[in-house]
Amino acid sequence: MSTVAAPLTLERPAAPPPTPGVTRGWGERLSAYAYIAPFFVIFAVFGLFPFAFTFYVALFDWNPIGDQVFIGADNFTRMLGDPRFWNAAGNTVSIWALSTVPQLLLALVLAHVLNHARLRFALFFRMSMLVPYITSVAATAIVFAQLFDRDYGLLNWLLGLVGVAPVDFVQSTWGSHVLIATMVTWRWFGYTTLLYLASLQAVPRAVYEAAAIDGAGAWQQFRHITVPSLRPVIIFTVVTSTIGGLQIFTEPLLIATGAPLTCGAVRQCQTLTLFLYEQGFGEFAFGYGSAIGVALFVMIVVIAAINYLLSARIRADR
Amino acid sequence: MTAPATRGRRPGRVRWWTYLLLTAATVACLFPLYWMFIVATTDTATATRMPPEVVPGGNFFHLLGLVLETVPFIQALLNSLVVATAIGVGQAVLCALAGFAFAKLSFPGRNALFLVVVLTMTVPTQLSVIPQYMIMSTLGWVDTLQALVVPGLASAFGIFWMRQHITATISDELVQAATIDGANTWQVFWRIAFPIVRPAAFVLGLFGFVTAWNDFLWPFIVLKSPERYTAQIAIKALQNSYDVDLGLAMSGSFLATIPLVVLFVLVGRRMVAGILDGAFKG
Repeated sequence: MSTVAAPLTLERPAAPPPTPGVTRGWGERLSAYAYIAPFFVIFAVFGLFPFAFTFYVALFDWNPIGDQVFIGADNFTRMLGDPRFWNAAGNTVSIWALSTVPQLLLALVLAHVLNHARLRFALFFRMSMLVPYITSVAATAIVFAQLFDRDYGLLNWLLGLVGVAPVDFVQSTWGSHVLIATMVTWRWFGYTTLLYLASLQAVPRAVYEAAAIDGAGAWQQFRHITVPSLRPVIIFTVVTSTIGGLQIFTEPLLIATGAPLTCGAVRQCQTLTLFLYEQGFGEFAFGYGSAIGVALFVMIVVIAAINYLLSARIRADR
Repeated sequence: MTAPATRGRRPGRVRWWTYLLLTAATVACLFPLYWMFIVATTDTATATRMPPEVVPGGNFFHLLGLVLETVPFIQALLNSLVVATAIGVGQAVLCALAGFAFAKLSFPGRNALFLVVVLTMTVPTQLSVIPQYMIMSTLGWVDTLQALVVPGLASAFGIFWMRQHITATISDELVQAATIDGANTWQVFWRIAFPIVRPAAFVLGLFGFVTAWNDFLWPFIVLKSPERYTAQIAIKALQNSYDVDLGLAMSGSFLATIPLVVLFVLVGRRMVAGILDGAFKG
């Protein structure tokens, strides 16, 4: 049974291997620190310090080319009373749900059928599924916006063939959410499939063989072997897709050509990260933007905590 | 083309609907790229005519000319190449070095420091873009390529992964034997450890390269002048002049995607194997 060792599972790593019994001089001893120093220096300067500083800046009315006035928790009270913040939070959750559920279901089914001893062209299928992952989000957004275009899009033309009136995906709330979720799903379902397949290949072949001998069909094998053995990696992908979902930025910025920073006239698809960008780099409200960053962090911590509890439950069940 | 035999594959006959399902998934994955190619090579009038064209037109060079007039796209592709290569190679080497130190060297605080590395994976750095921008301002790095490269070099996950590989593939006896023969740790790393883990470091570097090539938010924040743009930001600039030609941003997208498609045809197999190797198996 594979356990997930990955970002966001807050457990201690396995103990490092026993020390090789080699005696070394002091210079040699210190060289080890030189090998790990680059990471710690870069992370301290560009990762940890800005992260801590976000909490500080959030307490100020901070104008990058003007004054910095300490205002305590005002940014947060303002945020909680700001309908634009709640709108962005709602859009983010909606897009996340619309993209995560289909993505994981697709990956489950595809990993199951890819995990077959006598499948032909297996490498071709696997490689094709990674193509969306190597395509940039910017290029993806441009292509999908064109495919979903109200007047010239291929999709609306196809809908028209079966007598459906053209849908204005970008300008409508649910339409823009579906469009963005489609891009996210397209980008990640193949990658997730391969992750699931990696876990499935740890399941002994004999387990499937025994089930087949006992007369379990494809559906029963899927239901009783594939899904249970993937549970840890499913939780892991739910968490990573949630963290990723909170950071969706490029897609909404690029589909609404008229009003990119708000993703449309009525902010119908503005996500939290896009709202952060709009406040921080559009309005130069560094303090308020940082407060939105802090809110994002709180959400991530809550998700990670839920994940930790779920993982613990699953381990306890075994 | 058959896949190598692996553990735990399901036995039995493969049903026809399996191939139907996988073919549909493959078409879904490849069609948007094909469509990018179609629109990038036809003029607006043809691209918006329905039913759509299914063969590429001969308009590519006209559009290419427009692209290059609008934004220095060749320069942008070069910038992307420089940034992504530096990050890919840098990550591979730095993570292999640090992974080697954590796996094979003893030094005070080793376990505590490794725990710190693992914990840093849980710090979401993207929500700190405002202070990150302030730091770049202070350093005078706004609108430079090193603002993209240097932060991209630190990969906690990469260190974690390389340490796992080095622990699994290099025995302590081997390190000891080399030491007894008079090699110092630097020589042990470059002559013994690195050649053995090079395939794993290569895959790590590949993923670093792809991620850096496709990154958008941070370059969008920190780059100001067109001659510093990466390919992704150049696409956005093309989109701003949307009224010029519908195919303009699409041609840019196509140009920015082609190098990665070529790379993927050459070494995509290694990336797939890297994921299937289970960087996520504890």
